Amino acid sequence: MTSEWPLWEVFIRSQHGLAHKHAGSLHAPDAEMAVRNARDVYTRRNEGVSIWVVRSSDVVASSPGDREALFDPAQSKVYRHPTFFPMPDEVKHI
Amino acid sequence: MYAQMVDTGLKQVAEATGMSPEESAFQARVDADVKVEPKDWMPEAYRRTLVRQIQQHAHSEIVGMLPEGNWVTRAPSLKRKAILMAKIQDEGGHGLYLYSAAETLGVSRDNLIDDLHAGRSKYSSIFNYPTLNWADIGAIGWLVDGAAIMNQIPLCRCSYGPYARAMVRICKEESFHQRQGFDIMLAMCRGTPEQKAMAQDSLDRWWWPSLMMFGPSDAESVHSAQSMRWKIKLLSNDELRQRFVDQTVPQAEFLGLRVPDPELRWNDERGHYDVGTIDWKEFQDVLRGHGPCNRDRIRTRTKAWEDGEWVREAAVAHARKRAERAARAAA
Repeated sequence: MTSEWPLWEVFIRSQHGLAHKHAGSLHAPDAEMAVRNARDVYTRRNEGVSIWVVRSSDVVASSPGDREALFDPAQSKVYRHPTFFPMPDEVKHI
Repeated sequence: MYAQMVDTGLKQVAEATGMSPEESAFQARVDADVKVEPKDWMPEAYRRTLVRQIQQHAHSEIVGMLPEGNWVTRAPSLKRKAILMAKIQDEGGHGLYLYSAAETLGVSRDNLIDDLHAGRSKYSSIFNYPTLNWADIGAIGWLVDGAAIMNQIPLCRCSYGPYARAMVRICKEESFHQRQGFDIMLAMCRGTPEQKAMAQDSLDRWWWPSLMMFGPSDAESVHSAQSMRWKIKLLSNDELRQRFVDQTVPQAEFLGLRVPDPELRWNDERGHYDVGTIDWKEFQDVLRGHGPCNRDRIRTRTKAWEDGEWVREAAVAHARKRAERAARAAA
């Protein structure tokens, strides 16, 4: 039995001007075949104008256990949002 | 459904009192509709049950290509043939989305496929029935895909992120399947008396197996109760079946077809249709491998896998050769 084809993560850009977005994953023997397979599996209905594929084993991800340490500090910094600053009704275009 | 009678491996529903701190925290997050993601801690039974469920679902998609493939060369027009091929290609795609979702739970694609071919893993009972006339392609889209949508729309909200996301993608595409099926039925019912008779014959054969797809009543099932607590099953089998009957009977009436159930009646008090008794022995027989096409389906699947082996090997050899050449050129 042959060894299993490596897993690739597929990113699709849906239209000009938007960022590539993760669409899913698939198996393929190499990068070129991964792009071809991604075209068949993830863009059958004009979903994309561009495809990126990345070997899943090359993705470095944050760990769920670090969630609080990484993301909680932002919660107390509400002043980073424009709505934190009430504007007088008379002031326009701001 | 596409995954029927999924076993949780548990004898009773996990109660809050017997839970470890991790389990309690997990259940609290599920209760709060926080999605579970691949690297999150999860109870082993949840993981195993999901693998079984997603795997069955994936197998159903790819085995479901076989009864339809039977009609590709005999579709009545080029238009119908192109549509049928697009639908079959979608089913293959749906299988791939689902296998990928299952793999995020730490199982390998080859093992999943092996389980199917060795009979260790099931697929939906419905795909063990033959497609005898062209109207069957219509009936499959209208009824079988219609029943699948009933189940899959709630699953878009299920607790496991990768499964829910696969379902969103599948549901978007599935509605084309149901409509093209109804369109075939409509064309045949508006055609010659012979064509209409074919449509009726098809409904006669597919109606009961379609109702069986939802599985036996699971009001008393420990597995279903546990799956519902985990939010990997959102509605009971009977609820889904009732919704399906309520929406489908008026469609059959529009087609001018007779639903093959003498006991089918609108119940004003309940606000639902009452249906006759489903032959669960037939369902169990089909699940045990004694349906009209079980052996044929697995034989065809296994042959396709074995016949494709040299292609998979060649692709790997080619990729290796090119990588080596690139490495030499860089040296």
